[in-house]
Amino acid sequence: MSHENAALVINQFMEVFEGTGCEPRVWDPERIAIIFDHRVPAESSKTATNQRKVREFVGAQRITKFHDIRGDLGGICHQVLPENGYVRPGAVIVGTDSHTTSHGALGAFAFGIGATEMASVWTLGAALNVEVPATIKIVVTGAFPRHVGPKDLILSLIARLTANGATFRVLEFHGDTIRRMPMSGRLTLCNMAVEAGATSGCVPADQETMRYLRNEAGVREQVDLVIPDLDAVYERVLEISVAGLEPQVACPHTVDNVKPVTAVEGTKIDQIVIGSCTNGRLDDLEAAARVLRGRKVSHSVRMLVFPASGRIYRQALEKGFINDLVCAGAVVMNPGCGPCLGVHQGALGDQETALSTTNRNFKGRMGNPTGSVYLCSPAVAAASALTGVITDPRKGI
Amino acid sequence: MATVVYAVGDDVSTDVIYPGRYMATVLPSETPQFAFADDGAFNAELRAGRISAGSVLVAGKNFGCGSSREQAVSALKGYDLVIVAGSFARIFLQNSINLGLRVVSAPGVAASAGDELAFDGASVINVTTGTTVPLQELPAARQAIIDAGGLIPYTRTLLLDRNRAVSS
Repeated sequence: MSHENAALVINQFMEVFEGTGCEPRVWDPERIAIIFDHRVPAESSKTATNQRKVREFVGAQRITKFHDIRGDLGGICHQVLPENGYVRPGAVIVGTDSHTTSHGALGAFAFGIGATEMASVWTLGAALNVEVPATIKIVVTGAFPRHVGPKDLILSLIARLTANGATFRVLEFHGDTIRRMPMSGRLTLCNMAVEAGATSGCVPADQETMRYLRNEAGVREQVDLVIPDLDAVYERVLEISVAGLEPQVACPHTVDNVKPVTAVEGTKIDQIVIGSCTNGRLDDLEAAARVLRGRKVSHSVRMLVFPASGRIYRQALEKGFINDLVCAGAVVMNPGCGPCLGVHQGALGDQETALSTTNRNFKGRMGNPTGSVYLCSPAVAAASALTGVITDPRKGI
Repeated sequence: MATVVYAVGDDVSTDVIYPGRYMATVLPSETPQFAFADDGAFNAELRAGRISAGSVLVAGKNFGCGSSREQAVSALKGYDLVIVAGSFARIFLQNSINLGLRVVSAPGVAASAGDELAFDGASVINVTTGTTVPLQELPAARQAIIDAGGLIPYTRTLLLDRNRAVSS
């Protein structure tokens, strides 16, 4: 899977074939996905030209899983792949995007690679520069308190592991909390596994995986549920109870700088962002819409919402969530990655602060090296939109 | 002997090495101008050609964390820097090996700008401070890619081998 950076992959792919006398053909055009999401619609003529080159390559190579800039089939790659049934338990998925870890939510082994590595995959069908990772078993138990959910769990776990505590490891999620967790939340967990340095995150396939594949991803053919061996070896086992978990906030400028919301309450915010591959799914938008329905976003803050895919956008329209958000004063944008990494819309001004449901808060992340980004759940972001300061959603705003 | 031209701390992300807003620029011939683009002084030094090839950037742990963007590697490779870090983030390390950026993993390494470093194959010696830390060897599979001159020539060899096997 690649996005706009397929332009670079094509460059490297052509270089592999240089001087070989072989015609440049991809190894399997049906097993390559390209999704435009990082800068859509194009923010510059340079990007538009790169997208054009990719379109031409897709046509010439007959690549089938191509998602162009469209309201029906388009969206962020980490939502488009699962909802179209491209991800199956036990599959190996590589993507030229670090958040490819997301797809482990469906029991796949999924990890990010660079563009040159992908050129190699397109040529040979194999990723060559990959180690076999060890696995850390994460056992999660208990019921989430009100206004606490998967984002708070993964932020607290990253704080515990630290930003490189899981490098060359896979985080494998188990426990009753995970068994009850819908696919949306599992995608949030696996999406952010890379923020602890992990090669991938993984939720072993179960009934929820089957429900998602059948009912939401439209998969009809037989699916093998790939699950861990009973005698699987784990490097370590971490146990977490979520029963007493508080809403969590990752403070600037590292994702493992996590505090309970109560420690940063009252921090003034200039921009609220709800969306992305981390928290742009239907239940995330619903959580925000419920808080904002019939109320107003504070005039001291601007609120941006971007659903994870065109499909989710339409579902949110049908359910009235988009109406709730727009009437409250939020700006609803098309699905994409732009604001999260400061490449397209939603840039911060000098010394401005954002509160965002995205996955990274590194210095310069939202397009300004003097800006600050706090990361949180949709519940915290929505409650804070009403006040313009970081707000604890449990306090009945 | 190589001179340390810049020393940074832990968790330096690819957003700092190559800010996201320059991601539309992808070609290795064009990315070096944006290396550490938000770090005005160091970026100016690089662009002015005042940093000689083989100079060392020293970092703490988890250098190159975050995005998989290969521009972060090709930008540094453009100046032929050597990166010596306590540890590297996984994708950055793989991209470095694939593109031939010289990286040295040495847990606990400490140095300041101006220090002279020596490498003896097993350790990093800070000649200025008199300290020595062992370096971590790369796995054999990675070394094979380096020995081939990077992932592109390595893949090209495998492609030709495969085609020969098919036609024979």
